[in-house]
Amino acid sequence: MVDVETQSILVVGGGMSGLTAAIDAAEAGHEVYLVEKNPYLGGRVAQLHQYFPKLCPPYCGLELNFRRIKNNSKIHFITMAEVETVSGQKGAWDVRIKINPRYVNEKCTGCGKCSEACTMEIDNPFNYGMDKIKAAYLPHDMAFPQRYVIDPELAKSAQGRTVKESCAYDAIELDMQAKTVDLKVGAIVWATGWSPYDANKLDTLGFGNYPNVITNVMMERLAAGNGPTKGKIVRPSDGKEPQTVGFIQCAGSRDENNLPFCSSVCCLASMKQATYVREQYPDAKIYIFFIDIRAMDRLESFYANLKQDGNVTFFKGKVAKIEEDSATKNLVLRVEDTTAGSLNRITVDLAVLATGMQPNTSLSPVPALAQRDDYGFIASLQAAPGFFAAGCSRTPVNVSEAVQDGTAAALKAIQSIVRR
Amino acid sequence: MDKKIAVYICTGCGIGEALDIEQLSTVATKECKAAVCKNHPNLCSAEGAQIIKDDIANEGVNTLIIGACSPRVMYDVFNFEGTILDRVNLREQVVWSHAPKDEDTQMMAEDYLRMSAARMKSTLPPEPYKPEQEMSTDILVVGGGTTGMTAALEVAKAGYRAVLVEKEDELGGFQKKVSKNVTFPFKDVQANEIQKLISSVTANEKIEVFTGSKIEKLSGGPCVFNAQIKQNGSSSERHIGAVVMAAGWQPYDPEKLEKRFGYGESANVITNVQFEERAKSGKITRPADGKAVKTAAFIQCAGQRDPQHLAYCSAICCFTALKQAIQIKQQDPKSNVFVFYQEMRTPGQGEDFFRKAQQEGVIFVRSQAPEVLTRGSKIAVEAFDELLGDKILLDDVDMVVLATGMVPAAAFGEDFKAKKLDEEPDKKKDEMVASVDSIFMSDILNLEYRQGPELPELKNGFPDSHFICFPYESRRTGIYAAGPVRRPMGIANAIEDATGAAMKAIQCVELTSKGMAVHPRAGDLSYPEFFMQRCTQCKRCTEECPFGAINEDEKGNPLPQPTRCRRCSVCMGACPERIISFSNYSVGMIGDIIKSINVPEEYDEKPRMLVLCCENDAYPALDMIGLRRMTYNAWVRVIPVRCLGSLNLVWVADSLSKGIDGILLLGCRHGENYQCHFVKGSELANIRLSKVKETLDRLVLESERVRFETVAITDYDKLPALLDEYAEKLVEIGPNPYKGY
Repeated sequence: MVDVETQSILVVGGGMSGLTAAIDAAEAGHEVYLVEKNPYLGGRVAQLHQYFPKLCPPYCGLELNFRRIKNNSKIHFITMAEVETVSGQKGAWDVRIKINPRYVNEKCTGCGKCSEACTMEIDNPFNYGMDKIKAAYLPHDMAFPQRYVIDPELAKSAQGRTVKESCAYDAIELDMQAKTVDLKVGAIVWATGWSPYDANKLDTLGFGNYPNVITNVMMERLAAGNGPTKGKIVRPSDGKEPQTVGFIQCAGSRDENNLPFCSSVCCLASMKQATYVREQYPDAKIYIFFIDIRAMDRLESFYANLKQDGNVTFFKGKVAKIEEDSATKNLVLRVEDTTAGSLNRITVDLAVLATGMQPNTSLSPVPALAQRDDYGFIASLQAAPGFFAAGCSRTPVNVSEAVQDGTAAALKAIQSIVRR
Repeated sequence: MDKKIAVYICTGCGIGEALDIEQLSTVATKECKAAVCKNHPNLCSAEGAQIIKDDIANEGVNTLIIGACSPRVMYDVFNFEGTILDRVNLREQVVWSHAPKDEDTQMMAEDYLRMSAARMKSTLPPEPYKPEQEMSTDILVVGGGTTGMTAALEVAKAGYRAVLVEKEDELGGFQKKVSKNVTFPFKDVQANEIQKLISSVTANEKIEVFTGSKIEKLSGGPCVFNAQIKQNGSSSERHIGAVVMAAGWQPYDPEKLEKRFGYGESANVITNVQFEERAKSGKITRPADGKAVKTAAFIQCAGQRDPQHLAYCSAICCFTALKQAIQIKQQDPKSNVFVFYQEMRTPGQGEDFFRKAQQEGVIFVRSQAPEVLTRGSKIAVEAFDELLGDKILLDDVDMVVLATGMVPAAAFGEDFKAKKLDEEPDKKKDEMVASVDSIFMSDILNLEYRQGPELPELKNGFPDSHFICFPYESRRTGIYAAGPVRRPMGIANAIEDATGAAMKAIQCVELTSKGMAVHPRAGDLSYPEFFMQRCTQCKRCTEECPFGAINEDEKGNPLPQPTRCRRCSVCMGACPERIISFSNYSVGMIGDIIKSINVPEEYDEKPRMLVLCCENDAYPALDMIGLRRMTYNAWVRVIPVRCLGSLNLVWVADSLSKGIDGILLLGCRHGENYQCHFVKGSELANIRLSKVKETLDRLVLESERVRFETVAITDYDKLPALLDEYAEKLVEIGPNPYKGY
């Protein structure tokens, strides 16, 4: 007799790798549970403006993946959920999942009346806190599932009642509690992705002190049409259009004191962001300060094309320190030109730190059976029998490699549940 | 099936306040002939859904029209087994994006109801395709190197049978020539485990291995492939479900460097591949005389990242040079080993391996143009060291190793299209409607496909795919490229890649054997049917199918291969005789939908513009306009299509003769960085449309009445202005003269 429960696969993480693993396994006929900690699926790529090298919106592919989920009854996804404990073994894992309260149930139609009724505002996590959002909110325009979220502060506050009453569909439950769900699954794919390296740790680069020092993930939001500035790239200090932008590569990466490994994507990410600036401000000057430009395989042509742009200067050298001109809020970059052997001071309007990828497996608990490497990655596809790592849980990867990895993990998971 | 239509109108989310629901219901019962028409203030609630369920059970309704929110939401609520169902997007695309209680908004809602009824009239539930032949779920793997063997093994571990075909007499591929490996965890050089992999493949009962063999012919399609395998002069046939193409790579020919870097001038200048052959034999010695290597220089990017040679980066040569440099150092710690590099590319944890080489004492020289000088038996390397800011000269170099790159095995052979044109000189160039695919006759798959024998190329000989979001999706259904033939990669990546491609092959046989489409319309049961009596052998369907799904007989009749089909319906758009249709999607159906639009007479000054849009990108963008409560002109009538490539020009004629004033196509970006999920759909629609423009000009009917715009899914902030501007343009042009006829 086939035990339906243990024939299923659990995928942890609804970003590009996890989504792909879940959908690919389901389309091959297997039951899949997909657990995501955000209130929406899509992970880190949902926050990107465009992909390199095609400069196309991530939502084109995400929409298709969401459609694959909608058309497939074998995928059960749970948002705002985290894995609490994992025990058991290959073929019979016991997993406890904690679902955090959304304060909005499945009756939500997405009409937005709660948001209209709400005056309380919170920092917008989708835009890395660069703007405010109502405390009753849809995480972003294209959020899937299209269901509102109520911030715990609002739920606790006096305004909570007003907001609840604005809902004609009885979708708001202010007393919603976190709950746990126990699942028995046959295989687990761990695809919890990455977080931007904490730029506050790079104390010479001024992030947190100087408003015009931002990170590469913030730059994505500034360029995005549904970002805090409706897609216009401006300086946080005064909303001015930047005329000179400096991209500081390896901000934390390839650095024994921070992330000793290379985050793999930042070179292309910065070059891509340079095209965002060039498109909006045809006269803007761009500096890219680098150690090595890592544009592998066909991505090389993106680099080759950008090198032809007379307004883009590739500057071989590490930025040692960033200082602010307090009058203009411009930034003075102290950088050693290794080619000329000279020390330079270069002034820019906006500095973008290419902060690297901190694997989430190094920040939050991972089942003990999964060995981690020196940097906190689960560095092998099969971490334990019936337990697999994919995407940035395994190694820093770009989108395409994350998909490749997710697909591979789906097969490994299937292998560990098939009855031969 | 006998259709009994029921219309359900949700009055929630502002619909009831913005529209005259009673009048809308009259349209449903009178014009759409709905047997049942009900409205509910919250149709997606359990109570609302129950009303529908009860009507299905008690009233026998089986054809449901749900006038509520977008079909992109509440898909799980409005899902009733055994019925056919259509969603009328009254919320996002009518009341949320147009003025409430407005005549134009009301007319829009009513038209969308009529259009849905027209769609439901001719739609039938699809019956899955079942080929006559027995369906196979065996996976053919072409190439017995690391990638191919891994793929075969992974397929077998999942319980499927694999047929592995290798052209050499032994399994192992390139790794058989390699002494040591670089892979996770990148701390040191590692033992090459290829022999272990070979043993597990040959010991596996589920894998049938053909060595010294090639695919002579591959015909059919997913689940019904027939592979003719030639081995030692004899031929065997295997029935195959899907294919993993792992044909690997060839080293770039160093002769093409034309003695640059001293290759060919000194025997002591070798390539990184030749180094492996030497290292494999034991001791690393000077090639010319077998003496000890005291000083070695590695020259990176030799003929790579160079438009004259290979324009791309082969991704592995930095690792290879580090490994080989470490090997020399480990053999003789006193040796001097230099690596001349342009950019050191060791991503991820690979950075540790770069550090390892530094610890071993390898010296790195960053230089963009090092030169190798050969003077008799002596070699020197001269380079501008960017880190020192000075020129350096390295004398008495015993051995120079050039990092020549990887060329995919698929990049060799004559171009099929060029050959075809040579064979048919009378074929006019302009008949080649879309940009021509290049297919190199690389003698790997030998597909018996009318569109050419191998996978179409994207660039540099690598097969075409949506390489960011869907990297395995090739242009030939059920054939998945993996390993360095797909993009340059080393073994750390190739093993994952092989596993992924094996997954896609298994997924393909699972879906196909149930009559379902694979990506991007995974699970779709419909498939194109051809009404052959009216075929004029024009060959457009066979030429325009982006996936090579249609063969031809000698008379030029199309021979569709449904298991190869991706259901994009490009063929349906291509056919001038309109003989190709799906049970739930056809030229006639969209024509009927167009004709169902109520076009006001000329003096009403209410132009109508038809928008045909891609259902994956432009349609969600239109939803987002509503979600943001932005507005656009209410003269618009939207019909989502599977792909703009399904645009049949008769729809333009249908629209214009109906009196519609303008037709706007909203499709995806095409060209080099195409986004169209069906690769060529939007490009073909654009080409077809430009042909209509010529005709319109000839008929003195303003060609501005048709327009193509590229729209990305995130362009919803720009779309309202685009639609409004076009509406103004149509006012300027004046009414369609066919109005009222």
